[in-house]
Amino acid sequence: MERVADTMSERVYTPIRRSGWKFYLASIILLGIVGWGVYAYILQINYGLGITGMNRPLYWGIYMANFVFFIGISHAGTLISAILRVTQAEWRRPITRCAEVITVLALMFGAASVIIDLGRPDRVMNVLKHGRLQSPILWDVCCISVYLTGSIIYLYLPLIPDLAILRDKGIGHTWLYKILALGYRGTEKQKKHLESMIGIMAVLIIPIAISVHTVVSYIFATTLQPAWHSTVFGPYFVVGAIFSGIAGLMIAMAVIRRSLGLQGVLKNIHFNNLGLLLLAMNCIMIYFTFNIYLVEITGNEPSIMSVVMQKVSGEYFILFWGMIIFGFIVPAIILAFPKGRSVAGCVTASVLILVGMWLERFLIIVPTLTRTRLPWPEGFYYPTWIEWSITAGCIAAFIFLYILFAKFFPIVSVWEVKEGRELAIPHVTERVKEYMPEGLSELDH
Amino acid sequence: MKKLLASFIRLFEPKEREERFQSSDSIVTEGPARRTILQYLAGAMSGVFAFLYIPKLFVKDLLNQHSTGKVQLPKWGMVIDLDKCTTCGGCVVSCRAENNVPIAGADQADKARMIFWMDILVEQEGEYPDIKMRGMPTPCNHCENAPCVKVCPVGATYISEEGIVAQIWARCIGCRYCTTACPYTRRYFNWEAPQWSEEYKNQLNPDVATRPKGVVEKCTFCHHRIRKIREQAKIEGQALTDENFRYLPACAQACPAKAITFGDLNNPNSEVSRLKKSPRAFHLQEELGTNPKVTYLRSAKWKE
Repeated sequence: MERVADTMSERVYTPIRRSGWKFYLASIILLGIVGWGVYAYILQINYGLGITGMNRPLYWGIYMANFVFFIGISHAGTLISAILRVTQAEWRRPITRCAEVITVLALMFGAASVIIDLGRPDRVMNVLKHGRLQSPILWDVCCISVYLTGSIIYLYLPLIPDLAILRDKGIGHTWLYKILALGYRGTEKQKKHLESMIGIMAVLIIPIAISVHTVVSYIFATTLQPAWHSTVFGPYFVVGAIFSGIAGLMIAMAVIRRSLGLQGVLKNIHFNNLGLLLLAMNCIMIYFTFNIYLVEITGNEPSIMSVVMQKVSGEYFILFWGMIIFGFIVPAIILAFPKGRSVAGCVTASVLILVGMWLERFLIIVPTLTRTRLPWPEGFYYPTWIEWSITAGCIAAFIFLYILFAKFFPIVSVWEVKEGRELAIPHVTERVKEYMPEGLSELDH
Repeated sequence: MKKLLASFIRLFEPKEREERFQSSDSIVTEGPARRTILQYLAGAMSGVFAFLYIPKLFVKDLLNQHSTGKVQLPKWGMVIDLDKCTTCGGCVVSCRAENNVPIAGADQADKARMIFWMDILVEQEGEYPDIKMRGMPTPCNHCENAPCVKVCPVGATYISEEGIVAQIWARCIGCRYCTTACPYTRRYFNWEAPQWSEEYKNQLNPDVATRPKGVVEKCTFCHHRIRKIREQAKIEGQALTDENFRYLPACAQACPAKAITFGDLNNPNSEVSRLKKSPRAFHLQEELGTNPKVTYLRSAKWKE
């Protein structure tokens, strides 16, 4: 048993100890894409947003879709790990860390997408200087910065014992771990404090996470534009965020499992359990989508109907039906069967879901803007290579930073997994014993 | 430098905990040095926050109180008589010239990037050659309950005390939330740096600032003309009447049919107040509750 643990932590430490050719190859490819994206952004700064495909009345394009998408992905981590921690799901232990890293990085790129979308990024500090709390964008600024701070703390706290282990073992960049471990030695009192802090953060982070995506939806829902002005947008966005977040997490888990040889830690049961959670979110998504379109179509309000028809049978019908079938229905079918919840099945479903959810964000933003309320010549939108390059650059940078994290810190929480193996069975036995009926023996007879 | 770094790192090394904390339940378990650093950091951050926000909150309130004077300010409004309008486009051209509206050029126009503070909304019926067309001049509606003003994150757009929905382009961050939120799509974004032909550059109006790239711009009801006429009246010692304002904005002045009337809606005797009561009066998309200050007149239905 002890040997298995050692190989597990050793495997987690492998990328910290040395970098193989695969890492360099991946870095070169990813940094190449990032460089290309940066080049495109420099062009955009020089020429202005005229270099994109946006126009009047289509003032928001795929940058806004990326913003909503990245913020959605960020709900993978902290929210899921917090929920699993609060509900004391013991299978959470090996997946919390890699989930929380997704949150921190995705949030950064979500915020970056908005700044990329600005006409005057040089004036972004005006949001703090002249900020008006009346505007939903400022609500977003508040919520996202609280969430980012919170999730960095929530990522950092459970990292401390791992950093202390690395420091004591003298692996990798010891000077860094010396600073970041804050002198943690694993005494009883330190452990108690750490656990209570993690517990507090886990509870705090759940409402913050929900507020973030609700507020993102308010950007759209608080305007008068047809098909945006809807009360369902808050929960719809939150569910969509968790949905795409779990999908992103499962892909990350599969990659980590494969590249570090952690089949014994990130087991099939983890994919099965997360797959069930994903299936639940998938069903809620289908339910919400059905609700939205049923209400919009039966209401038959002309301005809204022209947007709906644009999606159902107009210019975006391929994207729309592609999203419905391959983003929602096919993954639900895959995940509904126990065999489909294997690693391969989960990853297939996750890829479909991620593409589908990006399309969903795109289809919320763009068709509405092509059909504004006044009978203005209808809008059109074709993203240019600049927009695609910057998007690709963001995604590549996100993946690169994720890999870089695994280079510096253990991507699986070693101490938690160890603790789980030592304490989980007695704890759970104890807990289950509490559920057992008592004092009823007389009734049975 | 290296020594300094080493001593900094040494701060974080695990130490034997000091006994004096034994009885207390304090979270801080290590030596006092780090605590001081954290305290300084927290103090500095809250100081910066307080410095940025607290004075602003109070000063703003004071200013607002101060500004509610006793003098009744005018509330500017416009009436456009569609029965008189010939869709000649004179208002569009004069507005461009007056307000230094940049010229998009053919390429950008193909991409729907033109800027028209005053535009003519055209509706077309039938197939070529049997076409019926109607036009409707559409400036900014200067809504009382403006959807664009509500969403601006930096206060770059606001309703002035005289009811004009104004745009501070030196502050605008170009997020284009206001353009998206406006149900009339009456706001325009500078997709590129503004361009004029050489000849045109010599004719730019010195009374109106040109806008840089990346900001939103819009109709201002020619507020610079209002200011100018007031200054002139002050110098000449004359009182201004409704007559002076009636055709003041560039679009109203240029309209050969005198279809556009401008004036003070707070003055019950002004021409706009009188016309606004007309049974022919309507507003664009009244059902949205934006309460526009641009009123349209027509005897027949818009869709005849």
